[in-house]
Amino acid sequence: MIFAILGKKELPRLFDLLAANTVVGPVAKGVDGSGHPLHDFDIVYRFHDLRLDYPATIHSAKRHFLPHHETLCTFTCQGNDWEKQVDYNAYKPMVFFGMHACDINALNKLDKVLGAPPYPNPYYTAKRRNMFIIGLGCTPQPQCFCRSMGTDTALHGFDLFLTDLDDRYFAEILSATAYQFLQKITTRPPTAKDHDHYKEVVAKRNQQFTTAVDITDLAKLLDLEFESPAWRQWGDKCLSCGTCANVCPTCYCYGVEETVDLDLKGAAKTKHLYSCNLIDFAEVAGGHNFRPHSATRLKYRYYHKHRGFMEAYEEPLCVGCGRCGMACLAEITVPDVLASVRAKGGGA
Amino acid sequence: MNDRLPFINILAQEDPLRRQYDLASFEYSHLAELTNVYPLTRAEKLYQLQIIDPEERRRFCFQPGQFVMLELPGVGEAPFSISSSPLRHGDLELCIRDVGNLTHFLSRLKRGARVGISGPFGTHFPVEAMVGQDVLLIGGGLGLVPLRSPLMAVLENRSRYGRVDLMYGAKKPADLLFTYQYDSWRQFDVNLGITVDQPDRTWYGATGLITELLKTRIAAADFRSATTFAIVCGPPVMFRFVCALLTKAGLPMQKMFVSLERRMHCGRGKCCRCNIGSTYTCLDGPVFDYWTVMNLKEAI
Repeated sequence: MIFAILGKKELPRLFDLLAANTVVGPVAKGVDGSGHPLHDFDIVYRFHDLRLDYPATIHSAKRHFLPHHETLCTFTCQGNDWEKQVDYNAYKPMVFFGMHACDINALNKLDKVLGAPPYPNPYYTAKRRNMFIIGLGCTPQPQCFCRSMGTDTALHGFDLFLTDLDDRYFAEILSATAYQFLQKITTRPPTAKDHDHYKEVVAKRNQQFTTAVDITDLAKLLDLEFESPAWRQWGDKCLSCGTCANVCPTCYCYGVEETVDLDLKGAAKTKHLYSCNLIDFAEVAGGHNFRPHSATRLKYRYYHKHRGFMEAYEEPLCVGCGRCGMACLAEITVPDVLASVRAKGGGA
Repeated sequence: MNDRLPFINILAQEDPLRRQYDLASFEYSHLAELTNVYPLTRAEKLYQLQIIDPEERRRFCFQPGQFVMLELPGVGEAPFSISSSPLRHGDLELCIRDVGNLTHFLSRLKRGARVGISGPFGTHFPVEAMVGQDVLLIGGGLGLVPLRSPLMAVLENRSRYGRVDLMYGAKKPADLLFTYQYDSWRQFDVNLGITVDQPDRTWYGATGLITELLKTRIAAADFRSATTFAIVCGPPVMFRFVCALLTKAGLPMQKMFVSLERRMHCGRGKCCRCNIGSTYTCLDGPVFDYWTVMNLKEAI
């Protein structure tokens, strides 16, 4: 990897260069009950709208590359005949300015499912191939357990990664495009002093993690504790609202709906992101529901994230961003659930 | 202006052709026409479909046990097992019960209506591995629909297989599917055992559960557990009892196959609706051997 140092004043210049494209970045979107700002990824036009010191966003950036609603295709119908028009809804490159390591790792995980054979998803791939990502070092928040999930640093999946060294940024350059952009602003190669400073900052950051999850043998443990009473207890608390999937950076399940135009001359097929916690997720025609209880649905969610994905790709699907726990109305958090399942006798 | 990032068109790429093909075909469906619709029972109909383009029809190849996604523009898309012979390529037969939105709309369609077919998807029954062995087909209710395709495949090469048994159970005599074909199957030396739960005055065959038929067969002197393949399709409760009986009779778990069904929205391992624990019914299934099913939590 090639490293570079850029002064703080250079970042707005980099932004202005990239602003020839659509730029998505963290912005303040309002305040919570106690007056703290709430952040979200949105399209940014001016550098000073960016909040690069954002602690975490409520939603992940997924709505920009895995939209909650997306038209998969449209039909033109004429009498008995019909024709299908497919549009992958990707027309322009997008710059993601200031993504944290967890969100970049979430993209890497999504790539494994959505961008890989058999049947790579062109809607996702088209957008993903046209992303320019600038990562940004973060400050661990109380809800973050990315360190336990091994996603606290991003090793690939971005173009440029910046770490704040007080008066300058330490940049990791991963793509030729990023390198070419850096040529247009003033940078310098890092010195031994910069390296030491970088290591110091990273070490300091690593000490700030307060939440940890024991994931030793988790896949095996989940198999062993399939009938654990803990699932029932969490299931009783769960409201089956699907908020966790809404904010999750790696939840990609969806449902498809088809609608007819009012003039009956056309129809559209729309994809909606779904949640496995919603009651009709596994309900089939005729009314049989394969997962009728909230406990089995909640359990399934954990099995998919921590057991099934592990089996398929040797890593959990969860990136430990803690958004689901923050957003959950019933205060169900991943560390609590996994700890209770691990606890002797499966007591919550 | 030169700070614009280049737009990468994933379909125009000179990347490996295979990938390009896969990406372009994701949302592709073959246009197919209903050539015939036969009512089989009060709720189930047999739909004969033909992929309109002759070249696509010829190239459409599937294995018994695989399924297709059938799409009606503006109504929806759903998975259906193919119940015709693989030799017939794109001349498909689907047996569908009028039970939901899409199937109800379908039940009102007439000959000549156009639908979209994508697939075939999923795993299949190992009819090639079954050559030279006895074949035991056990179906309950609508379970005969996915069974019909391997049955056809076996009958088309009847001399390559040993004894063929088809056991089929339904609730009422009026619910029995494909009744018009039973005689022709018998002519192909298929040992047909049919049972109903609730007989009426017209019924003169066996009554009771399908497990009774199976017990009789297992007790027979010529039942060879070592050289028998079993395919079981039906409601999950039937799987449990039938597979337990077969295991007890000494049939190896990896020679027992079941076809599972789940809600599906894509058929391509993307929507997660059909997951059982962590396994995709659309990619790793719908045909599983009994060993895999035993290993899957909540499968049956």
